[in-house]
Amino acid sequence: MQAFRFDLCELPEETKGLRQEVRDFLAVELKDIPAVTRAQTWMGFDAEFSRKLGARGWIGMRWPKKYGGHERSAFDRYVVLEEMLAAGAPVGAHWIGDRQSGPLLLNFGTEEQRQLILPKVARGECFFCIGMSEPDSGSDLAATRTKAEKVDGGYKVNGTKLWTSNAHKAHYMIALFRTDPEKKHDGLTQFIVDLKTPGITIRPIRDLAGNAHFNEVVFEDAFVPDGMLVGSEGSGWAQVTAELAFERSGPERYLSSFLLLQEAIRELQTKGGVDGAREIGRMVAHLSTLRQMSLSVAGMLDRGENPALEASVVKDLGTGFEQDLPVKVHELLGIEPTLRGGNDYSQVLGYLTQTAPSFSLRGGTREILRGIIARGLGLR
Amino acid sequence: MNETQKILADSVNRLLTTHATRSTIQGAEEGAWPVVLWDELVDNGLTRILVPEALEGAGASWADAFVVLKAAGEHAAPVPLAETILAGFILGRAGLAMPDGVVTVMEGDFLLSEGRLSGRAVRVPWGRKASHGVALVKSGWGVEAVLAPLDYARIEESENVAREPRDTLTFERVVVETGWVELPGDALRLLGALVRASQMAGALDAITAQSVQYANERTQFGKPIGKFQAIQQQLALLSTQAAAANVAAAHACSKLDASLDGDYAAFEIACAKVRADDASSIATSIAHQVHGAIGFTYEHGLHFATRRLWSWRAEFGSGAEWADRLGRETIARGADALWPYVTGR
Repeated sequence: MQAFRFDLCELPEETKGLRQEVRDFLAVELKDIPAVTRAQTWMGFDAEFSRKLGARGWIGMRWPKKYGGHERSAFDRYVVLEEMLAAGAPVGAHWIGDRQSGPLLLNFGTEEQRQLILPKVARGECFFCIGMSEPDSGSDLAATRTKAEKVDGGYKVNGTKLWTSNAHKAHYMIALFRTDPEKKHDGLTQFIVDLKTPGITIRPIRDLAGNAHFNEVVFEDAFVPDGMLVGSEGSGWAQVTAELAFERSGPERYLSSFLLLQEAIRELQTKGGVDGAREIGRMVAHLSTLRQMSLSVAGMLDRGENPALEASVVKDLGTGFEQDLPVKVHELLGIEPTLRGGNDYSQVLGYLTQTAPSFSLRGGTREILRGIIARGLGLR
Repeated sequence: MNETQKILADSVNRLLTTHATRSTIQGAEEGAWPVVLWDELVDNGLTRILVPEALEGAGASWADAFVVLKAAGEHAAPVPLAETILAGFILGRAGLAMPDGVVTVMEGDFLLSEGRLSGRAVRVPWGRKASHGVALVKSGWGVEAVLAPLDYARIEESENVAREPRDTLTFERVVVETGWVELPGDALRLLGALVRASQMAGALDAITAQSVQYANERTQFGKPIGKFQAIQQQLALLSTQAAAANVAAAHACSKLDASLDGDYAAFEIACAKVRADDASSIATSIAHQVHGAIGFTYEHGLHFATRRLWSWRAEFGSGAEWADRLGRETIARGADALWPYVTGR
């Protein structure tokens, strides 16, 4: 049966030079950053680092030059992304803008919006967050209640967004608001919200590990001008669905625990002998297969095809892999995870053991993804 | 898949739908040789797909062969098509002509002396039905491909759990044809793992399709069981496992085409067998759970695929064996070499 389409995809030969260039750059930039910090990868926020990537032309790589982009291929972009993730570069600041807000504006934004925002994003100077979830709207995104009421020259917004990663550090939010309470899916609209707007209060929420990267964002009569509406009123649902395909399609959906695999191998190497070889081999086989699947999705993006279903497959398998990794290495080595002290392995394990539950929640829960896959199979 | 491969897939699937029917498969389990099916495969050149054109084969690539091997697995074709294809590849590399008829492959302890083969091979696929067996014998000088007639071999019959013949063959100074070959000494295990992983990809697709179909047809509590989220979630998981095994096997075949002068895609083949094994364990259990009691009967055909998966996952090295090898190599290369290695291949 052909429910999915995973055509094999080989990276073009000419990406090799770029890969080396990225590695050379990262070898210098990351040389003093401890493994446990690098383990944060795309959760790590470093505005200065993002500006350096912007200067190198590694943000907005596929975008048109007239918007500050570089008109590179999907494969060039893929190589840069996977090298950043595997090395544990702190790419979190620009990640959302590069991955989904920028492409969203290229697809649905006005010329003014593109001119205003995209060049700054590509320079690594303008960061985005995603305002989708709410207190009563998580997996059920269509239950969004935060209201945008039409007023003179724009919209008056009231309500609360929740779990908004990096809202406290970002410049803009792409927000999904309800513009028509009478309709469900067709009553939703996307807006660009300047987070300095009066009437917006951002409160960081500590996660179980003690980090405060996500937030509650409260809107009280916050004014969003007409010019910041994205696409058309009522088309928010369709746009969000397209955006989520981008959100789910990248190598970050299987590489979040890569550093832990690397450190586990280092532990075994130090101990000598061949204990654990079988488990490591198994993880490597899964890693390599996921990379081929992820590359296949990149190939679809390059050809302008819609990989929404295949991206869900890779994300479900990939997050399962990165989530299992801390469990597998624990079974293998039995070394206690630490917050401080210990070696790189135990610290990275400490970080990832605590973070892993989020892997199959963020960007669509495992259950939601499997629902999408089941629909693709013809079950719904 | 390119256009040629799509056409190839269509025609192989049509052939197997017509000739690898339930009664053919059941008959083969009871010892009957499916004459028509085999003759059709031969007449369409599928048994010689990897034999060079100069030796009267199709001279196709492993990427093409993947299409055929996968289809054979998908239809549970009860014939040694995979083995004959692999034997043809080895003989072609050695410049030996492939005889007509069934040719199998033999992993075993062999001694080659003055053109005569002695030794024993266990669990040879379809040994009793084959006219010839192909083996690789390593000496100080290199690796020789051996084409042995099986008329003079002693054959002890056995089967795998899919009731496919897996026989023990003993040779005593049997006159054979030989040819030096540019292949690693363990190439049969490596390439055997690849053909099994490819067949498994097909069998995994087959049980996914059967399970989805069954879930859409079987009604309980007033609706098809496929409408229940508990079932949907399991079928989604099953399908992703099948997808992963397919990508891993297809990638290994295509990588092998690119490294026939190199390391024979040893890394990718190991990954493919590990992935197919892991996928099989999850997928067969879900497929049976979704089918309920009916899938546990002989009458229902689900087991033709699941029993093959249970056998094939252990043949030519189980996932554990290949994972062990992958892991040792990974650890020996060192932690910092993993990423450059995976991306540099």
